[in-house]
Amino acid sequence: MASSIRVRAVESGGVTTLKALVRHPMDSGFVKDSGGNIIPAHFIQVLTISHKGKDVFKADWGPAVSKDPFLECRFKGAKKGDKLTISWIDNKGESDSTEATIA
Amino acid sequence: MDVINQSRRGFLKGALGAGVAGVALGYGLVPLSAEAAMPNGAAWPKKAFNTPSVDDTISELYGMSAVESDKITMDLPTIAQNGAVVPVKVETSLPDVTAIALLVAQNPNALAAAFEIPDGTLPFVSNRLKMAKTTDVVAVVVSGGKAYKATQNVKVTVGGCGG
Repeated sequence: MASSIRVRAVESGGVTTLKALVRHPMDSGFVKDSGGNIIPAHFIQVLTISHKGKDVFKADWGPAVSKDPFLECRFKGAKKGDKLTISWIDNKGESDSTEATIA
Repeated sequence: MDVINQSRRGFLKGALGAGVAGVALGYGLVPLSAEAAMPNGAAWPKKAFNTPSVDDTISELYGMSAVESDKITMDLPTIAQNGAVVPVKVETSLPDVTAIALLVAQNPNALAAAFEIPDGTLPFVSNRLKMAKTTDVVAVVVSGGKAYKATQNVKVTVGGCGG
């Protein structure tokens, strides 16, 4: 299965800018389907970005984050060619993770 | 809770263990560390995500109340055509930032996202949020152990929260 995470990380002047797009329904638990049944909450709770085993960014997300969430963050200390690991886990215990190389 | 889920949580705890301890210590937060000690607790601040009011959420999350600051820059539309996808960008010139949180005042639960900013990471974040109706969006920044906030109103023209 293709990864649910698309990442682009670019280093410039010592600062790495990372943009990540995750494919996920992010159901809030407040929305009803066409039959009037509530769609159960299903959303990413924690997303972490690590570089060389150190967390450089961690997001705790609630159901108010948009469907197919987009995130951008910036950090120092990484250089071109370094590997980053991006992983998430949702409220149903599903998870995914991917590796990206800084360009 | 089935076996697979349990082991997955175990794995997550192992992987994030250091982070969890860091959070608990860093914020010195009693409610959060109690949460983390629970078997299903992980690091996710469940209680803060289930608090309707903005001020209660901030104190639940960081154990203090936030003061207004003009050093927080928020970049988001003043009119959103689609409340389901509102891009919100927050940046600050405050020093020693350890955390940033985004809150949507009129949502059923105010907290949308809470970010941890470790050393070396710039106090900047961009995220897309859902908002149910025209609302204030509050950005909270924890800098040098103190909480600061900035507020901006977003007019939602089409009902959001539709997913």
